Amino acid sequence: MPKKSITIKFILPALLSFLAAVFIFPVIIILMNSFKTKFSIANTPFVPPNSATFAGVENYINGLADTNFLSAFFWSLFITVFSVLLIVICSAMAAWFLTRVKTKFTSFLYILFVFSMIIPFQMVMFTMSKTANTLGLDNPIGIIFLYLGFGSGLSVFLFSGFVKSVPLSLEEAATIDGCRPLQTFFLVVFPLLKPTAVTVAILNAMWIWNDYLLPYLVIGSDYKTIPVAIQYLKGGYGSVDMGAMMAVLILAIIPVVVFYLLGQKHIIKGVAAGAVKG
Amino acid sequence: MENRKVNPLKKYFPVFVGPTLIAFIIAFFIPFIMGVYLSFAQFKTVSDAVFVGLKNYITVFSNSDGFLNSLWFTVKFVVISVISVNIFAFLLALLLTQDICGRNFFRTVFFIPNLIGGIVLGYIWQLIFNGILMNYGYTLTSNENFGFWGLVILINWQMIGYMMVIYIAGLQNIPNSILEAAKVDGAGKTRTLFNIIIPNVMPSITICLFLTITNSFKLFDQNLALTAGAPANKSAMLALDIYKTFYSKSGWEGVGQAKAVIFSVLVGVIALLQLYLTRRKEQEY
Repeated sequence: MPKKSITIKFILPALLSFLAAVFIFPVIIILMNSFKTKFSIANTPFVPPNSATFAGVENYINGLADTNFLSAFFWSLFITVFSVLLIVICSAMAAWFLTRVKTKFTSFLYILFVFSMIIPFQMVMFTMSKTANTLGLDNPIGIIFLYLGFGSGLSVFLFSGFVKSVPLSLEEAATIDGCRPLQTFFLVVFPLLKPTAVTVAILNAMWIWNDYLLPYLVIGSDYKTIPVAIQYLKGGYGSVDMGAMMAVLILAIIPVVVFYLLGQKHIIKGVAAGAVKG
Repeated sequence: MENRKVNPLKKYFPVFVGPTLIAFIIAFFIPFIMGVYLSFAQFKTVSDAVFVGLKNYITVFSNSDGFLNSLWFTVKFVVISVISVNIFAFLLALLLTQDICGRNFFRTVFFIPNLIGGIVLGYIWQLIFNGILMNYGYTLTSNENFGFWGLVILINWQMIGYMMVIYIAGLQNIPNSILEAAKVDGAGKTRTLFNIIIPNVMPSITICLFLTITNSFKLFDQNLALTAGAPANKSAMLALDIYKTFYSKSGWEGVGQAKAVIFSVLVGVIALLQLYLTRRKEQEY
């Protein structure tokens, strides 16, 4: 083993530690302020709480109440989990079919799915929310179906890239053994697609959990997800309870950090794999 | 005749593709087609649409509207943030593929901001920028330049970690033998970087450029939370400007839709052009 140079041993770790501190700094500031009285937040945001400005958990109590945070958390979780499940299963099935049955029509559909990835949401924002209203999709179940429609582009694309590497002979063997197509897919093909399924699930979960505009437009007045609830707290023109705001920001960050620490290995792999296929 | 036989799978189309396709048609395809048509119409509720030809497009480009301003704001933002995000992410990736202690910890920290949603990010940085600017008697919304640089800093903070992960994956794919060979041949650090490392991570560069360009163009949540376009819509990027045209200006829905069509064409053309150019570069090496 060659000896590590001084740069690698001391200077770079010091530099990286400094950068890491800079990266964490904004979240620390919010955390600190979430324990301060609301008037001391705007005036002295960078001063830690002291005996005069310490507010205990009051901000958290107000924040939870003002945003109805537990309800928002439930809807965010409900919509994210079921949308992701539906996207993973349905787009894997679609991608397998579109890759295995090659006709002009299936190629056209594939291109259409890929095309939808580039189009900005604002293009369909107005007409989509009207369509959702007309068809009665403006509820937490309906929005899951809408997420399948929006998520299918990237997901079909990622799955197709992987299906191509699944050997046809396996599927043929299953068919000869008497498997019907649905059995072949779920018993033979889908287990092989698992790594891609994890990638697809993670990328979609990150998007849907944090998505603001789609839930706001479609179900925002009746069912608020976390981002929508935060935006409502900010309100229109009235003054904001800064204390409650800080507490809610922290409450919104906690589930994400927990999710990340639990699935870190898969998330990092998923992001890298999702990019390589692109 | 054997290989002319119809694929037995074919009749299962409704089972396999049906659910996804129906959702896709309802959520994307029909709204997209309607959107293209409505950009040539005047309407408030879709069903009352009256065809008006190119009138909406003419309004978009007339000076009375903020579109050109937000187009220019967005283009400046995209150029600066795409360059800065990719340079910082690549440098971090280079550092974190060295044999440094604690590198997994650093990767974890740099990636976290990416998981936090745009609305939350916007409010986090709003407090920080206002806290700094307060000392000079300003707020974030007293001048659109504050909003602009605020967004640039925010997007760097958010996207650097994500792109870093992609660059790290690319760097780890370079076979060690090539790097050893370069060393034996006496290539210096700069030459190794430009002649060996960068050509070998071209696929990562392609995808990172694609992701940063499209995400910066489409930026909405962060913009809404940080400044909401203030002052006087001068810090509104295209997506926010389109949103406001739809929902805060009654009677302007057609103009909003026309803006959305122009926006889609712009993003589509630039993204495809970038993919074409960098893919070609990949093959050159």
